[in-house]
Amino acid sequence: MAMIPEGSYLPLYAGNNRTNVAAFYIDKHPVTNGEFQKFLESNPGWKRSAVKRLFADEGYLKHWLSDGMYSTAEKNSPVVNISWFAAKKYCECQGKRLPTTAEWERVAEAGWTVADGSSEPGFNEWILAMASKPAPRSLPAVGTAKANYYGVWDMHGLVWEWTLDFNSIMSTGESRAAPGTGDGLFCAGGSATSGDVSNYAAFLRYALRSSLKAGHVLQNLGFRCAADK
Amino acid sequence: MTRSIFRLIIGTGTLLLFQTLLSSCNQGGKSGDEDQIGREYNVTEIKGEERAVLTPPPFVPPPITRNYATKVIVDLEVIEHEMELADGVSYMFWTFGGTVPGSFIRIREGDFVEFHLKNHPDNKLPHNIDLHAVTGQGGGAEASFVAPGYEATFNFTALNPGLYVYHCATAPVGMHIANGMYGLILVEPREGLPRVDKEFYVMQGDFYTTGNYGESGLQPFDMNKAIREQADYVVFNGRVGALTGNNVLKAKTGETVRLFVGNGGPNLVSSFHVIGEVFDNVYMEGGRLKNHDIQTTLIPAGGSAITEFKVEVPGNFILVDHSIFRAFNKGALGILAVEGEENDRIFSHKTEPYTYIPETRIARAEPAGGTKEPAPELSMEEQLIMGKKLYEVNCAACHLSDGKGVAGIFPPLAASDYMSGNPDKAIAAVVNGLSGEIKVNGVNYNNVMPKQTLTDTETAAVLNFIYATMNKSETRVTAAQVRKIRK
Repeated sequence: MAMIPEGSYLPLYAGNNRTNVAAFYIDKHPVTNGEFQKFLESNPGWKRSAVKRLFADEGYLKHWLSDGMYSTAEKNSPVVNISWFAAKKYCECQGKRLPTTAEWERVAEAGWTVADGSSEPGFNEWILAMASKPAPRSLPAVGTAKANYYGVWDMHGLVWEWTLDFNSIMSTGESRAAPGTGDGLFCAGGSATSGDVSNYAAFLRYALRSSLKAGHVLQNLGFRCAADK
Repeated sequence: MTRSIFRLIIGTGTLLLFQTLLSSCNQGGKSGDEDQIGREYNVTEIKGEERAVLTPPPFVPPPITRNYATKVIVDLEVIEHEMELADGVSYMFWTFGGTVPGSFIRIREGDFVEFHLKNHPDNKLPHNIDLHAVTGQGGGAEASFVAPGYEATFNFTALNPGLYVYHCATAPVGMHIANGMYGLILVEPREGLPRVDKEFYVMQGDFYTTGNYGESGLQPFDMNKAIREQADYVVFNGRVGALTGNNVLKAKTGETVRLFVGNGGPNLVSSFHVIGEVFDNVYMEGGRLKNHDIQTTLIPAGGSAITEFKVEVPGNFILVDHSIFRAFNKGALGILAVEGEENDRIFSHKTEPYTYIPETRIARAEPAGGTKEPAPELSMEEQLIMGKKLYEVNCAACHLSDGKGVAGIFPPLAASDYMSGNPDKAIAAVVNGLSGEIKVNGVNYNNVMPKQTLTDTETAAVLNFIYATMNKSETRVTAAQVRKIRK
């Protein structure tokens, strides 16, 4: 795991008020199919055939060849088609937990060489360009792109990732005015309350998270774990 | 017909439920009272159920013949996929129904719609839909917000008739629209629209790519250009050439034509015009107010218009955004090809005596890029392949894919006496531009051709392609010749 020192990040919804985040550890990679398979060996109740529908929608681990086995070519690819319940359980069994959205976003702010990626030429454009690329037929392995400032891989461009409090920012998907948020997270087409209206990549992530329910499984949604320092 | 519904309501004894209906019904008339504020009279009894026929552009579902409101089920699928934005230029489009613009939806005033929005599991992003025809939160945006691999359902009654835009409203909304997430929904007035011979679906949109116009390969969305509103492409129906070449709209002389025209934006307002036609009727902004004898109608981003006209004479009638650089240089151009008998009383091709071709000299501050390096010479085979691609991107929009041009507007390049003349003149037209009066194959032209941003090698290739394939000519030019002519 990588240690992320205490520091602050700029939440999308908080105007220009940076929020403090205490020091924590975070996995360097998203959890892989291989790692998740090991977890299933000791927790068979989370296998595709056994999982309770309440905890994972139909389609849970649907990219696996069988109930307990992935395609070997995808051993080191991030595990996807995974619900929030399953991700949370996995982390707990490792003595870890899911990262909070604040923690995740703090790591995601980092560029390749500096803590504030938005100051790095081309960094925001690169993230956004990833959204303009067609999804690959099969997901590449973790840790093959480029590590960020903290030595953490694949925060952008590989898969979306669950966070512990993914549904705490209810953008409602309505990008102009969101009664659910009280403070109008996505007011007036851009966002009256957003500190950085040009951070389109962050808008994409917040929108994705707010479209989810804890039982959802998506072909491009995985997770990684975190731990207290 | 409203009266029969009224009688039916009385007859069924549900009078209380429909009390709000009474006042408007008592005022008689067909479609309620257009001046009345409130359209509650459209909440009427629903008879039966049907599935909406959805069509890709430029097609329009058949007119509605029902004289009552029904329950309409609409199934619309969101698909993110790569398609061509121009020849050789691909783009990751986010679409409603797989096309840009999205599927055309046609319902009737008063219909009760059960709307299913399906987000394909291969998609990367959540999406939703805001239909401007909907009265209710976000036009359905919040109710339809859905993750990849899931489906959302909501219901609404179409209170107001008209032609409405729908679009995705998921944050960041501009990016979703810029990637092609818009389309049209027609709510037919209860009395229907007058019968016409042809109906077409045309929708404008502006696109922002990392590369400039015509730069080949997969082009990502460029957020900064979008924010600055500097479009690389302004196109009808999602790509350069969607309505030209083999894809022209077709009609016969004497037919009446109705164009359902929308503008998805995200940024630009359209000055919609059809060259060589006058709109007999325009339903302004897609509403009920009809204007007549209109040359150019303004279509707001996120708005629409319905235009109607009769095609009296044959020819190619060119659809443009009359913010004209968009038509010449960014792709906002389509063709309505009309076949049939000439009618000299309405229009005759008049020829005038040849006078002279002015020596046009336009001062250029800088030479075009690429002229400093020595120009590489390619094999003729390579040149013809390259020339064909360059022709489609740079020339075909005006001179058409077959090079025949448009008589009186865009001179022909195929079997053209201008091309069989001095090749230096052809080179000059490409690299330096050409304006003023010229005569080609006996027809006068007085137009402006902008200089093309092509290298010497590219210019030679495209000209050799035109010579070889369109003129069966032995004439060939070299990059070195081009360089000499370039100002």
